[in-house]
Amino acid sequence: MAFYDWVFDGLGLREWCDSDTSAAPLSMADLLAQAGNDEGGEGVPFPSLDALNESCGTVSQTRDLTAGIEDAFLAAKSSLKLVLDPITQPLSWALDGALWLFQAVPWFVMIPLLVLLTWYVARSFAVTVFVALSFLFLGFIDHLDVAMQTLAIIFVCTGLSVILGVPIGIAMSKSDTMQRASIPVLDLLQTLPSFVYLIPLIFLFSVTESKLYGIAIILYAIVPIIRLTDLGIRLVDKDVIEAADAFGMTNRQKLIKVQLPLALPNIMAGVNQTIMMSLAMVVIASLVSAPGLGVLVLRGIRNLELGVGIVAGIGIVLLAVILDRTSKAALSRVDMGRNQN
Amino acid sequence: MTQEPKVRLRGVYKIFGSEPESMMPHVHGGMGKEELLAEHKHVLGLQDINVDMQAGEITVVMGLSGSGKSTLIRHLNRLIEPTAGEILIDGDDVMKQSESGLRALRQERMSMVFQKFALLPHRTVLQNAAMSLNVRGMDVQTQEKEAAKWLDRVGLGGYENRYPSQLSGGMQQRVGIARALTANTDIMLMDEAFSALDPLIRTDMQNLLLELQAELQKTIIFITHDLDEALKLADHLVILKDGAVVQQGEPQGILLNPADPYIEDFVSDINRARVLRVKSVMGALSAKKFSGDVQLTDNLESLIALSEGDTSNIYRVLDGETPVGQLDMRDLVKALVPRISSAA
Ligand SMILES: Nc1ncnc2c1ncn2[C@@H]1O[C@H](COP(=O)(O)OP(=O)(O)OP(=O)(O)O)[C@@H](O)[C@H]1O
Ligand SMILES: [Mg+2]
Repeated sequence: MAFYDWVFDGLGLREWCDSDTSAAPLSMADLLAQAGNDEGGEGVPFPSLDALNESCGTVSQTRDLTAGIEDAFLAAKSSLKLVLDPITQPLSWALDGALWLFQAVPWFVMIPLLVLLTWYVARSFAVTVFVALSFLFLGFIDHLDVAMQTLAIIFVCTGLSVILGVPIGIAMSKSDTMQRASIPVLDLLQTLPSFVYLIPLIFLFSVTESKLYGIAIILYAIVPIIRLTDLGIRLVDKDVIEAADAFGMTNRQKLIKVQLPLALPNIMAGVNQTIMMSLAMVVIASLVSAPGLGVLVLRGIRNLELGVGIVAGIGIVLLAVILDRTSKAALSRVDMGRNQN
Repeated sequence: MTQEPKVRLRGVYKIFGSEPESMMPHVHGGMGKEELLAEHKHVLGLQDINVDMQAGEITVVMGLSGSGKSTLIRHLNRLIEPTAGEILIDGDDVMKQSESGLRALRQERMSMVFQKFALLPHRTVLQNAAMSLNVRGMDVQTQEKEAAKWLDRVGLGGYENRYPSQLSGGMQQRVGIARALTANTDIMLMDEAFSALDPLIRTDMQNLLLELQAELQKTIIFITHDLDEALKLADHLVILKDGAVVQQGEPQGILLNPADPYIEDFVSDINRARVLRVKSVMGALSAKKFSGDVQLTDNLESLIALSEGDTSNIYRVLDGETPVGQLDMRDLVKALVPRISSAA
């Protein structure tokens, strides 16, 4: 006799309950729980699905719920895949291409190129020297290849995040409805533990495809660039916008000549955060076959190879500092240009 | 005046709120600003505005904070849409303009100067001044030539390649004025253009404006909450209170015959001797003997100095060379006493 029998009896639902007694076979956990119940005896069980199921076979069990979600997802999978596969295919190409490029170029070309790039965006002597030394160090401890893989992935994912995120941010800044609809989605993407959205992605794409981790990284890293583009445009001085209107600018002129340039410091801050978040995610994404330093960290954890894990960890920290310093230097350069005194 | 007014507002109402149209019957029924806010949560921005602004004149709109001055001036280029009424520019109804027509109007027929300057911080002074031509898609050379010319005219030659943040407030507003002049429009809208400047710079800017106006004869609509400034600049003065026009006309006339206590209050603090001119207090020629000649546009202060305080003097008033009337010093003294209705 189960605890909640009286409820169903009292409501006259006994017949309905017994009409479908083909209860699912008990799982190990259920058996254990039942055994425990019999011994414990007293106490009021929480009226959960499982507890109710004991009294009335027609009520589903909780594992039916998880199974239901899985079934629904699998049913939708093929049609989802049909749409998503071609759309996301270029991502695979871009990632594979970048990975190939970053490894095919010999180190004596690659390092000077990256140092030049740093100089170009940051225009800071200290930062440039630091970047050069870091790459030389990584090369010296034989981690340059993996670091380049990580960097390649970050470049592609950050680039795509900006290309997609800025227009979304602009759209959000233009429409309050759009903003209200997007914010919960952005909150969700940012608060969900990264592992959680790897799960449906693994179902959708095969682990051998690069776009799997590409999508995971972009979904996670695109949030700040969207938010800060929206914020930056909304914060543009109302008086300046009014002046633009008063002189008869079209919406397009206003966006290009006024709003985007004035929002640029915020957008750059968004790019900085996006880069840092891609780096965080690219390490986790090594779980789903993303190459790079993360793989070594993973190896350190799996095989308890302490040294391997720690050296790779140091490499990641170096990359993080390089990317952060460079993008921050670029940001402050933009800020300075504004109020040059 | 036979000429058709350049800008004409007819029965313009503006109500801020969620359902402005449905408030119109209440307003027509005589409900005031406070009642409307208390009972229906709508703000009565403007009520029944009828103003004619003549070509080549400076029309000054004056009122206290919140009286609807900014709202009024923003109706002229439709930065704010009226709830009811007509806005005619050169006889064309602005409300009937298409979107592109409105843009053309803003680009080619009206320019605006703002209280907080509203310059583009990421553009140089030259690029800021050239903004209107840039919007019209003119070639860069013409843009820069025109902009440089007007920057020079407002006294900013040599600052072309600075950024606005490197200039003082007064200089930034000169850029604002150069930007409006470069647009080469007949109409200039100035919303408290000098209010953010300190008094000395402010006087400079007022003189600059009068000088430019003597040269260019634009139709200027100038907003201010400062009576001295209004009296100095205005050809036509419009006084707003709670979104309604309480009095409008020639400024000296308003000073001598304020229409209601609100305006009396306004004008009671003013140095009347400096503002009032002979023209406004003179009478017809009747005396035989005069103590001397004065000009029509002299202010009363200079007359008091001339007469050395003797109230028995009578002066002959000349317009250039021709005598047009006489001024009895006793009338002058009477005119200096502000009319206070509350004393009656
Ligand atoms: N967008 C708006 N929504 C609601 N009320 C508004 C809006 N804009 C202006 N108002 C109201 O309309 C009235 C007139 O405002 P306006 O800005 O025209 O005053 P002003 O005379 O320019 O004052 P100030 O000297 O402070 O600039 C004020 O009571 C203000 O609160
Ligand atoms: Mg105002």
